[in-house]
Amino acid sequence: MADPSNEKLDTVTGFKTTGHEWDGIAELNQPLPRWWLWIFYACILFSVGYWIVYPAWPLVFSATNGVIGWNSRTAVDEAIAQLQADRGPMVDKLSKTEIAAIKDDPELLDFTRAYGSIAFKENCAPCHGAGGGGAKGYPNLIDDDWLWGGSIDNIAHTIAYGVRNANSDSRYSEMPAFGRDGILTGAQIRDVTQYVRSLSGLPVPHGSDLEAGAKIFADNCASCHGDDARGDQEIGAPNLTDAIWLYGSATPDVVATITNARNSSMPAWSERLDPTTLKALTFYVHNLGGGE
Amino acid sequence: MSAWAKHQILETNAILLMIGALIVISIGGIVEIVPLFYLKNTIETVDGVRPYTPLELAGRNIYVREGCYNCHSQMVRPLRDEVERYGHYSLAAESMYDRPFQWGSKRTGPDLARVGGKYSDTWHLDHLNDPRSVIPASIMPSYRWLAETELDITYLDEDLMVQKALGVPYTDEMIENAKRDAVIQGTLDPVEADDLLARYPNANIRDFTGTVTASGRLTEADALIAYLQSLGTAIDFNLYDDNANIR
Repeated sequence: MADPSNEKLDTVTGFKTTGHEWDGIAELNQPLPRWWLWIFYACILFSVGYWIVYPAWPLVFSATNGVIGWNSRTAVDEAIAQLQADRGPMVDKLSKTEIAAIKDDPELLDFTRAYGSIAFKENCAPCHGAGGGGAKGYPNLIDDDWLWGGSIDNIAHTIAYGVRNANSDSRYSEMPAFGRDGILTGAQIRDVTQYVRSLSGLPVPHGSDLEAGAKIFADNCASCHGDDARGDQEIGAPNLTDAIWLYGSATPDVVATITNARNSSMPAWSERLDPTTLKALTFYVHNLGGGE
Repeated sequence: MSAWAKHQILETNAILLMIGALIVISIGGIVEIVPLFYLKNTIETVDGVRPYTPLELAGRNIYVREGCYNCHSQMVRPLRDEVERYGHYSLAAESMYDRPFQWGSKRTGPDLARVGGKYSDTWHLDHLNDPRSVIPASIMPSYRWLAETELDITYLDEDLMVQKALGVPYTDEMIENAKRDAVIQGTLDPVEADDLLARYPNANIRDFTGTVTASGRLTEADALIAYLQSLGTAIDFNLYDDNANIR
């Protein structure tokens, strides 16, 4: 402990030293700066006001509520109510307007486009791409080729209930894993692969047995994809005669599709988004280019 | 001798100063922390929250191992913009079985508290393998090895025992069946799913990577996706009353 008797007056500054001394180096014992001290006291006073206004002190069973009754839960509810009030009549109008009638009202049209575009970026773009262009395994939404239908009603249903998920209203169909489950042999899969590729005019390797492929197709695939292979939107069976291939048109891709099946899924967005947002999304997707 | 002069005794004696500081900090800590254990409005029991299934717990261990929390938080704060983007704000009860919690404070990537069910399993697998294949502007690293590495469930039952020792209510039955439950949930052996669902209501039971059925083995990606798909899905917010606990 410092010995007060060691305190010396520092002749240069006029302050006393603390009494500590290391090889002739001593520490000045200066008071705290006044400005600092006053801010310190002001903070203490402020905290007293804070205790009174906001929830603060824990008591036996609950805490003091503060005179303004602030609460984080009611605060966020109020902020969201304010947000809805700010968006105001347009959201209300959108919720009451049929999707087909939105385009007749230029102001509502602009609003719905913006509203749908924001919801699309947050919820849909991770799979379908920022512009709706899709990717391998994630359908393109800007062309006019639809798996489950491109009418407003069909798009609305697909967005609201999704595809192959746990929702009881979800779109559902399941292609068998023809190779994995032993329905077709490797040779049969190769034949039907080349037959299916030939349907959309893709060049097939010399010596492919397209007749055998056609027979295998008629026996195994036509029940869903149709005798003419043009698919069936009722059961999400894709059209195999066009140049659009969700999982790729190269021979290994098609073989993999037939061997293991794909059966990808999409969430049911009605479980996460409100009806007005779903409506804006439906309009937005329908308007991306391929809506029927 | 004034009070200031007495304060000098503390200032000039390191041990005394340390003891004094410890006492002051303890008082602050006790006043701030202890009431959280008994005040009614800080303890909220909510229907639907259950301990993680063994497969989800294994996925959670991978989440922690890979340091996902360095970039992803798991807490939607009760603020307008967060609720707008991510959904209902997080409740304390939702992480009551997290040892340790994964709230985080750093959002280089988005919050994951409500990511369960938001994307398909295929998307998660593609995204873990190569984030830029689905999000072109993503700066997340690739975690390609997760789908290539077989999940090690050797110590899964012991993981549950550790969690139990820390206060998660795993029963002896759950611990005994831990490895089996992981295998069932990943559909490596999709029998006795009813038993699993009885122990862990609403658990997702499926082939998360789509490769388990063909390859006959669970990968780390299966566990991680099972965990991610469970996040934030425990509570039905159509039934939950925000204001019931305000008192």
